[in-house]
Amino acid sequence: MRTPAFLAICLAVAAAVFGIALGFGNDYVFFAGYVVLQYVVLSTAWNILGGYCGYVNFGTAAFFALGAYSTVAIYKYSADNDVWALPIPVLMMIGGIVSGIVGFGMGYLTLRLRGAFFSIATLALAVVLETLVVNWDYVGGSRGAYVIRPEEIDPIGNYIRYLFLIMLLLAVAAITVARLIEHSRLGYGFATIRDDELAAEASGVPTLRLKLIATTISGVLMGMAGAPFPYYISYLQPDSTFGLDYAVNSIAMPLVGGTTSWVGPLIGAILLGSLQQIATVTISSAVNLLIVGLLLVGFVIVAPAGIIGLVHRYWQRKPEDFVGRRRIDAAAPGSAP
Amino acid sequence: MIFSFDLLINALVSGILIGGFYAAVTCGVSLAFGILDIVNIAHPAFVILGSYVAYIVNATFGFDPILTAIVVMPAFYALGAAIYQVYYSAFEKHGQESLRGLAFFFGLLFITEVGLVLYFGVDYRYVDAAYIGPTLHLADVDLPLRILVPCLVSLLMIAVLQLILTRTFIGRAIMAVAQDQLALRLMAIDPVRIKRIAFGISIATASVAGALLIIIQPVEPSVGREYIGRVFAICVLGGMGSLPGAVVAAMLIGIFESLTSTFYGPSWAPAVSFGFLLLTLAVRPAGLMGR
Repeated sequence: MRTPAFLAICLAVAAAVFGIALGFGNDYVFFAGYVVLQYVVLSTAWNILGGYCGYVNFGTAAFFALGAYSTVAIYKYSADNDVWALPIPVLMMIGGIVSGIVGFGMGYLTLRLRGAFFSIATLALAVVLETLVVNWDYVGGSRGAYVIRPEEIDPIGNYIRYLFLIMLLLAVAAITVARLIEHSRLGYGFATIRDDELAAEASGVPTLRLKLIATTISGVLMGMAGAPFPYYISYLQPDSTFGLDYAVNSIAMPLVGGTTSWVGPLIGAILLGSLQQIATVTISSAVNLLIVGLLLVGFVIVAPAGIIGLVHRYWQRKPEDFVGRRRIDAAAPGSAP
Repeated sequence: MIFSFDLLINALVSGILIGGFYAAVTCGVSLAFGILDIVNIAHPAFVILGSYVAYIVNATFGFDPILTAIVVMPAFYALGAAIYQVYYSAFEKHGQESLRGLAFFFGLLFITEVGLVLYFGVDYRYVDAAYIGPTLHLADVDLPLRILVPCLVSLLMIAVLQLILTRTFIGRAIMAVAQDQLALRLMAIDPVRIKRIAFGISIATASVAGALLIIIQPVEPSVGREYIGRVFAICVLGGMGSLPGAVVAAMLIGIFESLTSTFYGPSWAPAVSFGFLLLTLAVRPAGLMGR
């Protein structure tokens, strides 16, 4: 399928999702749906580096928070100086750029070495950025920052619907980008890095450049997902913004769904995201994080290819068994069916 | 700023002492990451688990936390050996350790932390022992026993570990498994068994490190997270797999953190180890005492 056609289908699906959400007539659907969509973006972004290149990023929270805190900083500036606040799409661009630059810098310093060093550095990045934010009074420090969400926005009505719509479009964009990468030269380059980096390097694949591209794209998408977050949550606090939940979710979702294609993170995010929305309401938020952790460990041990892999195996087993049984007579030369 | 000599000396000493304790947390990672090439990012979570074991036994029976930790070392060893067995058969055997193995340990870290939160809550827990209150005074230098004792115990443990690695058969086999597994197999030694033993020892050190941690400071489940960056920074800075290097690097980072928190404020200290980590990776990835 060509990309414009795919994009058109995605937009149609998105329009349908928005329509259904409107049909509920209850704004809670938008609040819950926003979080799920946010995870669709985060896990798709994680998968561009993690699933396609095989480099594990533990710093999702850091990149996400970079986007969120650029919004807070700009919001404070416009509130202090009585400047008209920037619209959210522009804030997303800025958050994405900031996050992308940090991703590029981190990658430049650590991606030359073995993959484990990059992972450890991303893990530490979250701690350090949290330290910086806690010490930076302008964005609220450890007390946190308030961002006042406007009640209404003109054509759509309630502001949460607007945020939902924006996240929906970002999810469509992220999935389209991921699919585009998958079917391009870039994607094949990424796959060679994942399968055998040494061999790829030896056959002339510019591995460092490709890894940097992947890290930057992934960082930009995570930053963009973080930028509208202060408006969603209204009160942004370092502890929760840098929490491990984002990291564990954005790793668990692609691994549960399947890492080799754009479908995996989407399935994983919708499944785990909705499950958590339900579990948070019905049980408790600590228990649902435990469930995510257990699912992550269970899936990487038992089903390394994720749900996609399971489905593939199921689909392939059936015809294979079928063919296998027929092969006894069909395999004989000259006996075409 | 008025330069205060007392403040500087005290910051240096407490940095060295706390660095000695960091070495206890790091030696397990040096063994697992440096020698066995297993990126066990869940190590700090096991350290916290050790803290809670020491806390439970101390709170119910009033036992000394360090003795408790030494007594439960075999249980931690068994836990480590079991984890390695799962890790080996699920990931290492198929060459999938880079992505899924990391995710596996991350999942373990998360499960341990959330499990502790669910069971014990997020309250800070602490232990009682005779050496927790008093402080020694040498001239102008304060030596709080609650940090001095962990530092000494940690150095003792690392010395024993180093002796095991260099003097015993198993220890030498562990060093060999890092260099050439095939050669080891040709000598009729099963590399998987050696690695299992080594990983068991690595987790066993977490038990002691956990007890030391809860002596130094009150512990709650997410405290382990701030040790991840620090521990790997020390491990890399010291030179992968070198225990003496880890001790030197730990003290160096301890000193810099202590100076930072004395002169700039404690909230900046976590950034120190990350700075070191990035600098080491960019300038000298082999570390101070790398092979």
